[in-house]
Amino acid sequence: MSEMLHVSSSPHIRSKVTTQSLMFMVVIALLPASCFGIYNFGLHALLIIAVTIASCLVTEFVYEYFMHKTITISDGSAVVTGLLLALNMPPSIPWWIPVLGGVFAILIVKQLFGGIGQNIMNPALAGRCFLLISFTGHMTNFAVPAGAFGHVVDTVSGATPLAAVKAGEAVNLTSMFFGNTAGTIGETSVVAILAGAILLVGFEVIDLRVPLTYIGSFAILVVIYGLAVGKGFDMNFLAAQLCGGGLMLGAFFMATDYVTTPITKTGQLAYGVILGLLTWLFRMFGNSAEGVSYAIIFSNLLVPLIERVMRPVAFGKGGKKA
Amino acid sequence: MGLLTFKGGIHPYDGKDLSKEKPIKSIQPKEELVYLTSQHIGAPAKPVVEKGDRVLVGQKIAEAGGFVSAPVHASVSGTVKGIEKRMNVTGGFGDAIVVENDFQYEEVEYAPLKSLEGVEKADIIKRIQEGGVVGMGGAGFPTHVKLSPKEPDKMEYVLVNGAECEPYLTSDYRRMLENPEWVVGGLRCILKLFDNAKGYICIEANKMDCVAKMEELVKNEPRMEVKVLKTKYPQGAERSLIYATTHREVNSSMLPADAGCVVDNIDTVVAVYKAVMEGSPLMQRIVTVTGDAIKDPRNFAVRTGSNYADIIDEAGGFVSQPEKIISGGPMMGFGLYDLNVPVTKTSSALLCLLHDDVAAMPESSCINCGRCVAGCPAHLVPSQLATFSNHYDEEKFLKFDGMECCECGCCSFSCPAKRPLTQSIKSMRRTILANRRKK
Repeated sequence: MSEMLHVSSSPHIRSKVTTQSLMFMVVIALLPASCFGIYNFGLHALLIIAVTIASCLVTEFVYEYFMHKTITISDGSAVVTGLLLALNMPPSIPWWIPVLGGVFAILIVKQLFGGIGQNIMNPALAGRCFLLISFTGHMTNFAVPAGAFGHVVDTVSGATPLAAVKAGEAVNLTSMFFGNTAGTIGETSVVAILAGAILLVGFEVIDLRVPLTYIGSFAILVVIYGLAVGKGFDMNFLAAQLCGGGLMLGAFFMATDYVTTPITKTGQLAYGVILGLLTWLFRMFGNSAEGVSYAIIFSNLLVPLIERVMRPVAFGKGGKKA
Repeated sequence: MGLLTFKGGIHPYDGKDLSKEKPIKSIQPKEELVYLTSQHIGAPAKPVVEKGDRVLVGQKIAEAGGFVSAPVHASVSGTVKGIEKRMNVTGGFGDAIVVENDFQYEEVEYAPLKSLEGVEKADIIKRIQEGGVVGMGGAGFPTHVKLSPKEPDKMEYVLVNGAECEPYLTSDYRRMLENPEWVVGGLRCILKLFDNAKGYICIEANKMDCVAKMEELVKNEPRMEVKVLKTKYPQGAERSLIYATTHREVNSSMLPADAGCVVDNIDTVVAVYKAVMEGSPLMQRIVTVTGDAIKDPRNFAVRTGSNYADIIDEAGGFVSQPEKIISGGPMMGFGLYDLNVPVTKTSSALLCLLHDDVAAMPESSCINCGRCVAGCPAHLVPSQLATFSNHYDEEKFLKFDGMECCECGCCSFSCPAKRPLTQSIKSMRRTILANRRKK
């Protein structure tokens, strides 16, 4: 044999799916929501998206470079973190706030815990919550959409539909579904998020176990609570709760983040139910109308416990005995 | 009705089109044949010939080294050149009887049976044992041992494994297509041993032409049925196959017999047929020579003891220098570093690939995506097991059922971070099994 043959232990073939290709597909699936956000809130939203992604990439590169680690920015996970963080920003936010958020998400939440795969919370959401606590005023100042790439005027701001619902006001469900309401850049349009979710499922990036148990258990709790306190079954309230706030974006794009989701199938079901329960608690009894971000990062912390308790039964070690 | 299947598994590129259309071609060996004494699980066979002896085709040249062992037969006529150490497919060395081919192919006389009528069960098993029949799917477990369970009357199913779920392999496919009557004949012999058993010929749905042929043949066999399985890897793994066809679960501490099942691969059943009905021993097998590096991929009927390099020449040689050559399928086969190894009873394929996926895809960190969990037919959490094994944490590895792994390779295949999960788990398993044997 003239040249050396490769020798390794089986299996000798690998699927084409890589971490990089998965992250790329997540970015593609986020495009409908991103594009709608830019259309709805104007070019400032595009600027926010660009600087947040850049901030995440630069932070990751600088940290890994100076710590003499393998540079992993090409795996695309920092892009996904940046994009998700940007989509969670109010459209009129000063640009330096999401930049700071990106640094926090990548440096503190991701890299200090050991880099990709090791973070205990979703970096984008942890970054958002950090900003929410640090810059509450800026982070809860929601601009009214100008539409068709118009400029958002900083002074024109309004309540998000969910805050209006909480205050007992009526909301327009159609505009909530299509997205021309106040809110963060990427969360307002249910239809754009669902289009992205269909892509995610179609690309086999996620399955529906977590999103459906999450949304399902949340909806059931809302209905039961409504009945229990004597308000009866209020379809409009339920629909507003489902379409409003970050529930759809959170359920399909952030609760499904691999690293911070249980690896086992039964664990994923339990995780979805816990998410639904916490979101319901925060939204119904909390001070804020929102609850998705905190529910997700809190549930993230429970993942190691869930994975420990909910393991699959090994084949032949239970179930039907032969 | 859905097709029969199991939970977990993967769908790799199957590559079967390369070789499936061409009929099996019989090829003759060159001057030197090498018969390893260990071509099966169990004790190596003991040589019964000496240097200078003349041997004939079908002559026993090594006898079984115990009950769990099998004799080895010459596949050519010629002179014994000696008994020496030769390399096997895993890169190790074993005793081998080297025979110089005289190209006369003079055969010993076999004792064929006209029919199974009135033949004793013990006689059938004896014929299988004397024929040196072992599991030809890869493991090489002596077939007469498998067919001698403690309570033969409790065996309910004889499963003929024609799933051929390994990508690229088409030898069982060609066998079922070209000699279906031998498969049915072999199954008839095995069913004769188990009065209360039904015989299932299990075939994946990507081989419907075989299903049609087999169904035609079993029409008048009240005890036989053809079962169609979903095309998915590892459908043909023993435990997956038993679950798919009978819904019984077999774990690592059980034998298929504990679930009332006997599982035999297609070519093994053919070998049983030949040993019982024709009285001829196992000395030939079908080898798929395929892969994108091979000029003319196809199946060959090869005499055991032939040299791998010679078979590649028969297939037109290489298109260009392959990066990797695998003995067996891509999921569970062995990577070869030298082609100068002999064909044994368990050599199912020679797969020559121009590009090695493993080297081309560098490893990165686990992102916890769960693809390994979803693909695991043993319902384990491979990413965790691999970590335990990298940390040499035997206690946790055992607690998390690491020994239930069947080493099918689904987790490594599907990992987007390209972690060598199966490989890590395998090395821990081997260590634990070796330690157990020492005690």
